[in-house]
Amino acid sequence: AARLETRPGPHSTLEKPTSYRDVTGYNNFYEFGTDKEDPARRAGALKTRPWTVSVEGEVRRPKVFGIEELLALAPIEERVYRMRCVEGWSMVIPWAGFPLAELVRRVEPTGNAKYVEFVTLADRAQMPGLRSDVLDWPYVEGLRMDEAVHPLTLLTLGLYGELLPKQNGAPVRIVVPWKYGFKSGKSIVRIRFVEKQPLTSWNRAGPQEYGFYSNVNPEVSHPRWSQATERRIGEDGFLQRKRPTLMFNGYADQVAPLYAGMDLRRFF
Amino acid sequence: MRPGPSPALRVLVFAACLLPLARLFVLGWSDALGANPVEFVSRSTGTWTLVMLCLTLSVTPLRRLSGWNAVIRLRRMLGLFAFFYGCLHLLCYVWFDQWFDGMAILVDLLERPFIAAGFAGWLLMLPLALTSNAAMIRRLGRHWAELHRAVYAVAALGVLHFWWHKAGKNDLAEPMIYAAVVGVLLGWRLWRRQRAAQSGSRRSSA
Repeated sequence: AARLETRPGPHSTLEKPTSYRDVTGYNNFYEFGTDKEDPARRAGALKTRPWTVSVEGEVRRPKVFGIEELLALAPIEERVYRMRCVEGWSMVIPWAGFPLAELVRRVEPTGNAKYVEFVTLADRAQMPGLRSDVLDWPYVEGLRMDEAVHPLTLLTLGLYGELLPKQNGAPVRIVVPWKYGFKSGKSIVRIRFVEKQPLTSWNRAGPQEYGFYSNVNPEVSHPRWSQATERRIGEDGFLQRKRPTLMFNGYADQVAPLYAGMDLRRFF
Repeated sequence: MRPGPSPALRVLVFAACLLPLARLFVLGWSDALGANPVEFVSRSTGTWTLVMLCLTLSVTPLRRLSGWNAVIRLRRMLGLFAFFYGCLHLLCYVWFDQWFDGMAILVDLLERPFIAAGFAGWLLMLPLALTSNAAMIRRLGRHWAELHRAVYAVAALGVLHFWWHKAGKNDLAEPMIYAAVVGVLLGWRLWRRQRAAQSGSRRSSA
């Protein structure tokens, strides 16, 4: 993919980044199929130009952004974040983007904007996975307003110094590093500011298994497996045991205050 | 000695049953197990356990429908391969997933039905594998056949294990295939039994 000019951003981890091959070859992107190899194999036909993102809802200045506009909206930073999948594996990925807060600021949310909803493209012509009914399409994710404007939350346009590969959610996605990976919606076409907590796709599909918050939490098990440990792709495997999962994926210092006083077992 | 499949056929079937394992070694050797090799090997051995179970359960229907009686002599080998892949699958979990952490495994067994179902299936295969030799068949006499009917429960537990594992992501296409195959193989047996019972009662009332 085309190079993307970035400058080093804050909050980057010094851990060893996962190989480009694994980051772009082992993906969950059900719009292209449920196997990890499906997105890399089948996302080639996705047209990412032209592309627009409609920012709407409880805002004073709703606007449809073209992808070129988004690329020029703010300085693009490189941020090396941990990524913890709800399935128990993790990666370290050098993302490229800018804080979502930059975009939020420009559309001026009203006092009614309590949550933000992210909607992924759902085009049957380009996305063969939509034929399956594993989820209700389009894919919808959401954040509370304070989570959305947190400095860690990244509007992401690239990785490894280049434009996002299609299987990683081109041309624009969200990255929320302290939550399980599925909270970070890919190939976003709509960002809606709303008053009520959005009904997100996974929460609708399995409310007892996938909560709205889905913060990385080693103490709250998934019904099918423990979340206490994780396998770092490319590192832990036949020779190295899985590593302990950190509270909020290791970002507790930055984000724990967002949940002060909340029962994280109930609001999982 | 009863007429059996030719030694050549037995060797061929034996070699074929080793192919899934050989494939894993070739892929591992050439660094082609993907980004998550442990998951790959774990899923592959689980899949082949189910396939071998289905093949084992196919022997009797095949024999009845085709009249090829000698095929029965392949059944033990197929059953033991099901146990073999089941052991590898379990080993993957105990070793690479849990690193022999007994406490974590115990919690998994108690908290997660899909783990319990899979483990129960393996446990039930154990006595079947141990009593599969000729000496045990002789010693157990008619009890042998009764004991080995447990393979029906093993197959059902295997499908349940796979089904519950995939249910969380609503991704049931694959488990449905195995459920259908096992359903047909067990359904055929029920149907035959019922037919035999009916014709038996007709005969006795005549």
